[in-house]
Amino acid sequence: MGIEGIGARVLRKEDKRFITGKGRYTDDHKVAGMHYAAFVRSPHAHAKIKKINIKDASKMSGVVGIFNGKELTGDGIGNIICGWMIHSKDGSPMNMGAWSALATEYVRYVGDAVAVVIAETQAEATAAAEAVDVDYKVLKAVINPEEAMADKAPQLHPEAANNIIYDWEIGEEAATDAAIAGAANVVEMEIHNNRLVPNPMEPRSALAQYDAAEDHFTLHTTSQNPHVARLVLSAFYQVAPENKLRVIAPDVGGGFGSKIYIYPEEIVCLWAAKKAGVEAVKWTSDRSEAFLTDAHGRDHVSKATMGFDENNKIVGFKVDTIANLGAYMSLFSSSVPTYLYATLLSGQYNIQNIHCNVRTVYTNTAPVDAYRGAGRPEATYLVERMMETAARQLGVDPAELRRANFVTEFPHQTPVIMCYDAGDYGASMDAAMEAVDYAGFEKRRKKSAKKGMLRGIGMSCYIEACGIAPSAAVGSLGAGVGLWESAEVRVNPVGTVEILTGSHSHGQGHETTFGQLVSDRFGLPSENIQVVHGDTDKVQFGMGTYGSRSGAVGMSAIEKALDKVEAKAKKIAAHMLEASEGDIEIKDGEVSVKGTDKKLLWHEVCLGAYTGHNLPEGMEPGLKEGAFYDPTNFTFPAGCYICEVEVDPNTGTTTIEKFVAADDFGKIINPMIVEGQVHGGLAQGIGQALMENAVYDESGQLLSASYMDYTMPRADDLPSFDVSTTETACPGNPLGIKGCGEAGAIGSPPAVINAITNAIGHNNLSMPASPQNVWAAIKAGE
Amino acid sequence: MAKVEITVNGRATSAEVEDRTLLVDYLRENRNLTGTHVGCDTSQCGACVVHVDGKAVKSCTMLAVQASGSDVQTIEGLAGDDQLHPMQEAFRNNHGLQCGFCTPGMIMTAVDMVNRLGPKLDEKTIRAELEGNICRCTGYHNIVKSIAEGAKQMGKGMKKAAE
Repeated sequence: MGIEGIGARVLRKEDKRFITGKGRYTDDHKVAGMHYAAFVRSPHAHAKIKKINIKDASKMSGVVGIFNGKELTGDGIGNIICGWMIHSKDGSPMNMGAWSALATEYVRYVGDAVAVVIAETQAEATAAAEAVDVDYKVLKAVINPEEAMADKAPQLHPEAANNIIYDWEIGEEAATDAAIAGAANVVEMEIHNNRLVPNPMEPRSALAQYDAAEDHFTLHTTSQNPHVARLVLSAFYQVAPENKLRVIAPDVGGGFGSKIYIYPEEIVCLWAAKKAGVEAVKWTSDRSEAFLTDAHGRDHVSKATMGFDENNKIVGFKVDTIANLGAYMSLFSSSVPTYLYATLLSGQYNIQNIHCNVRTVYTNTAPVDAYRGAGRPEATYLVERMMETAARQLGVDPAELRRANFVTEFPHQTPVIMCYDAGDYGASMDAAMEAVDYAGFEKRRKKSAKKGMLRGIGMSCYIEACGIAPSAAVGSLGAGVGLWESAEVRVNPVGTVEILTGSHSHGQGHETTFGQLVSDRFGLPSENIQVVHGDTDKVQFGMGTYGSRSGAVGMSAIEKALDKVEAKAKKIAAHMLEASEGDIEIKDGEVSVKGTDKKLLWHEVCLGAYTGHNLPEGMEPGLKEGAFYDPTNFTFPAGCYICEVEVDPNTGTTTIEKFVAADDFGKIINPMIVEGQVHGGLAQGIGQALMENAVYDESGQLLSASYMDYTMPRADDLPSFDVSTTETACPGNPLGIKGCGEAGAIGSPPAVINAITNAIGHNNLSMPASPQNVWAAIKAGE
Repeated sequence: MAKVEITVNGRATSAEVEDRTLLVDYLRENRNLTGTHVGCDTSQCGACVVHVDGKAVKSCTMLAVQASGSDVQTIEGLAGDDQLHPMQEAFRNNHGLQCGFCTPGMIMTAVDMVNRLGPKLDEKTIRAELEGNICRCTGYHNIVKSIAEGAKQMGKGMKKAAE
């Protein structure tokens, strides 16, 4: 290892433990006195709990306690919260129903937890949970959100009439209607964004320890944001005060949003450990439970209308969306179909008039919340399918139609809140078109046709908003938290450095990239730098990792702390070298006076800070600085994706022949890791487009509840990707970073579907474009 | 209860286990070898792949008693004393992992792939052979690269050993 700073393809420090089997995920932890939890879950989508009979179960081997929802609420454990308040357009606050971690009177989706069994072994807990006899009065369930809004539909929560949580709007409706009415051409589509199950490969897990002597809890959990978990568990669920609760998110095996939320199981394990009088309770989800209870993603249905003038410029865009939020409002569920979605409906285009109405609805399905991209994939899918369809309807090249409408001057204020700060959309498009050989497509199409195959090409020009977010801005929009990030840089007396960060790495490689900032700043080798995260006892506070925020926000906090460390080190060195502070330079592990041969080694200055023998008058000893960074704007990664497919008209099977991504992520710290993020995002987006689909039957049973039924993309479903980047620096943060974690999942679905619809010759196709659906679309024609 | 005697990573182990104990649970719970992971309950994801008598096996789909008398190698036993196995090196050098959860199974599958098919593996073969291993982070792009590179390096090792 050497000195490898910003922009270097540094191999990952964390890999050693993962490739040798020494990673330590939550379920790998074992503690003395550990018991196991198994949950009794509702087999019905909607039912009243008449009676819970635990007589037989409680006598079974190893069982130390069986607890229900009334005992939980009786002990003062609070209901699960939604952290973002949305007001309907009539000014009323959202209609939120109660969600208890264990159901008290009603169950509202298959998998809703009714009781928990604590036993000495996992097998004993599972066996006893099966023996708990719950008597239900089964009620009619509603799965489809449009049907849920009907007058005679089953009601899930008394608070939400017609199951409508809110009826919200953004933009000017009258102006948009008028613009579309006066348009030379109008394009209309109804677009469904399919429901997905996030499926990080590590299932959720919680290990709750209770120290009775200290009345103190420790929770190991699969979390993307352990500090937020601690705050919410304390302040809202009343499990324990913050100073009596330590939350550790150790190695976490992927999240993709689904591990942001504080789930019932974590609350119950903490509460039940104390209640059962045991030292520790562990619960690890099996994959079936994960399918049933992890927060799902997407599930929108929208009607969209776009008007163009005679020069093919967009004059207005109107959208009416219904979003299915499932049986309960998960932590950030309300923000996803509103501020993370409708604010991106301007895409990369200059559109003066936009209006979007969103109704969110309760149904008897698993809760729906942010999943990789969260709202932005839904917006991009709408905008980019509309653009492709419009190009075909108007008879112009899809690339040219987009180019004619690109935003080219910055800053650009859209009619839906966002102010784009920088970008060059034409540059990404040029790069992608060249990489895919756009001009040569017709030749390739003819070649495919000779084999009896349908070849298609499709484009997607996405924009998204990352770096969430300026705290005051999101506060004014209803967020219950600020979305800054914190960091601390501790320089040890021997000159090694620890970075403590409120971000959390669950695959993103922070231990490597965050260290690159220090290497770059002081010229220190990476082995002298340690990144510390994921433990509320070590790191003071932090908002965690999601929304591609750890580069733009988390690293900015580290930069700010490094600024302070550098300033103090320079003061100390100037004093030691009897030079002016402004002449001190820190480079390659040396601290020197510019233009002279006077210098100290980095560790000599650090040691000087800690001995305190020779510090400037009045200076405190030590070299440790903290910073809180609150972003000034969202960041706006953008890019152009082009997909080329071959469709077999006899089977409906789609093969991706080429997939090209040209992204603008601003400044890049480690290109190797950025490419990896894009690859992973593309796979999830292509998975959504071609195969993934969470399907409930009419009674509310999840039909796609295992890897036998829910089609996860496998290696032979995907091509190798051609990824590249263009760069416009982000003016909003000190490093110029925009963020790269979600782009692939945001931009790719419309590129795939646009390619397939191009191949089959009409636009009437919904995701997932499974062979069956594509075959049916070919047969149905327009 | 049943007595099992399994050689794990070269060391003789034995224990009395419940008849229903899966090999993966024996490794994780009895032997504390937590590098072998459980990612599903339908034998689909491959996070639990180990080698039993030199062949890749999903340890969630084999009882510990079935492995009794066998030689089991897990991810923890793959590296030599001082150096990584070439396949482990290749995963690191090609950024073939992100969260790391599927990685042990991927590497054990990859080593088995080379043992069966030899060191010259094209992309199509690697992708087809990964049918039983799911990764949610990498999009497989760099895993495929890693395995091609690891196979090549293993081939050099085999050639050297033969000489």
